Amino acid sequence: MGFFSPLFQPPGAKAKRNRFIELVTTKNDPGHAALTRRKALALMSTTAAAAFVPAFDLDAAPLQYTLKPQRLTDGIWMIPGAQEAISQGNGGAIANVIIFDTSAGAVIVDTGPSRRYGEALAKLARDLTGKNIARVYLTHFHPDHVFGNQAFGADQIAAPKGVIDGLKVMGEGFADAMYRTAGDWMRGTELVLPGKAIETGVEDFGNRRIRSLTMRGHTSSDLVLFDELSGVLIGGDLAFLDRAPTTPNADIERWRISLANLGGIPHRLLVPGHGPAEDGTRAIQQTRDWLVAINEIISKAFERGLSMNEAMAEPLPKWTEKIALARYEYERSVTHLFPKLEADGLPRVDVETP
Amino acid sequence: MQRPPHFLIKHISRLSLFALVTMMACAPSPSQAEMPKDPLDSTMWEDLSKRFFGTAPIVFDDKVRVVVPSLVENQAQVPVTADARALRDVKKLIVFADLNPITHVLTLSPRKAKPYISFRMKVEQATPVRAAALTGDGVWHVGGVFLDAAGGGCSAPAMARKMADWSETVGQTQAKLWRELDGSARVRLKVRHPMDTGLATDNTPAYFIETLKVRGSEGKALADIEMFEPVSEDPTLTLMLRLPASTINVELEARDNNGGLFQSSVPAPWRQSQAQ
Ligand SMILES: [Zn+2]
Repeated sequence: MGFFSPLFQPPGAKAKRNRFIELVTTKNDPGHAALTRRKALALMSTTAAAAFVPAFDLDAAPLQYTLKPQRLTDGIWMIPGAQEAISQGNGGAIANVIIFDTSAGAVIVDTGPSRRYGEALAKLARDLTGKNIARVYLTHFHPDHVFGNQAFGADQIAAPKGVIDGLKVMGEGFADAMYRTAGDWMRGTELVLPGKAIETGVEDFGNRRIRSLTMRGHTSSDLVLFDELSGVLIGGDLAFLDRAPTTPNADIERWRISLANLGGIPHRLLVPGHGPAEDGTRAIQQTRDWLVAINEIISKAFERGLSMNEAMAEPLPKWTEKIALARYEYERSVTHLFPKLEADGLPRVDVETP
Repeated sequence: MQRPPHFLIKHISRLSLFALVTMMACAPSPSQAEMPKDPLDSTMWEDLSKRFFGTAPIVFDDKVRVVVPSLVENQAQVPVTADARALRDVKKLIVFADLNPITHVLTLSPRKAKPYISFRMKVEQATPVRAAALTGDGVWHVGGVFLDAAGGGCSAPAMARKMADWSETVGQTQAKLWRELDGSARVRLKVRHPMDTGLATDNTPAYFIETLKVRGSEGKALADIEMFEPVSEDPTLTLMLRLPASTINVELEARDNNGGLFQSSVPAPWRQSQAQ
């Protein structure tokens, strides 16, 4: 099901889609058919809005990600994501990805935005460690963190049950959204569900023991990882640094509690989901400050009777000028948080209320 | 259910517009020269302006503002504000989106209201969103913006509504009124309704609120709103009323295309608390 077909089905759209699939379907495997469906969707919107949308070139040379690993400490690398929104320029490579060298093999945290990214990541991990992949963890179900899964065996991929359930419900929608925003970088990408459900616990990789802690707040299920050997703490998207946090599936109160818990874990280095890895807790404090600030601005705007458009135009605190995508993410957060404020905060006025 | 003929006309006109798009480059219409140039440079403009304005005079006017977000987070719920408060004597304010399968979104007749409406709409793709204000002299003042529909990739997908039992909740209304310092009153209201377009692949028939009447003391008309299928599920509106201080309640009456009638009454406080 397409992203918006439940809303509108323009006349003639079905016929167009089918004709296009006939033209380009050469193999019979379901993955290929699904891809052409998305291509067809993209093509359809270009035909309808020819003057406005850049063309989607099927014959263009494949795009390539250049992964630049930063060494964090002995045997641990981070591939930093761009401090940007997902775009056709960055191919959706905006989230941090971590590679551990362990005596059992390479351990990877998050797989990036697309099949092509995942394949480059798997190769990089083998090159850096000289070993095969022992384990892949997913911190949460957001598309910039999980669509490289195809490069790995499903049984290698571990995530909390809540992450797997979230992908089952929202994965297809996320895939469609990624095709629309990242474009051709997504070619061949299909959702792969993790084969291993994990809870809070420890996994032994010989020289390294990696602790899993299940939390929530950024989404309904956020995985935090801690490497006992190095003291590296991976916060996933519970922690952002110098880039505004995203809230499409957030529970702000829960998130603040999880941040307090995260800050209580002694660590040598904190790796946020987006932004630089640092010692100390700057990412935790900044994420908390951001959530407190936007929650207050948006709640006050609602209480004053402002519409969503007016709320989006409200000023942000001076300190947020240094944060990448502050205005962009604030506007998104208005969209995420306003409906609940309206549902809870506007009184019932039906004449025949029991 | 009352609208099928109307629908049909819309669909036919859209199909013919597709044909028009491809022909435009080589065969400009002769009437093009008489029309003011569309600042948004939409291929649909000529046809749409004929449909909405006929032969009435049109001016593109910055006094009619359309506010949309810089990105579309959820295509099912795009917040839009149409604001013609900078004009005097506005009789009608219509909102339409050139490239939506159903272009006409709503019409506000601001009888004792400011020519201003904020709401949420569905968009299928990037499209111009226009507001046109008809002033007492018979001139249409047109403003608009281009809405880029490519949203945040992390966005929550617009999930198909599960077969929720709408009969339980349809028509439930929530609202609140704020007295403003200039003596006007701001109303925010939300009416539970699926607002089905009739175009979904699952053959759900069109089912949407067609009219919303806003009335003051003794049934005095404050505003009338005509809504169409592109208005989002659970229509959530912001209006600005010129409300006498003596008004105690504002009455709302929404009607859908299945004959559903939903009435509610919004208390109008004497003066808005300035607390906080
Ligand atoms: Zn995330």
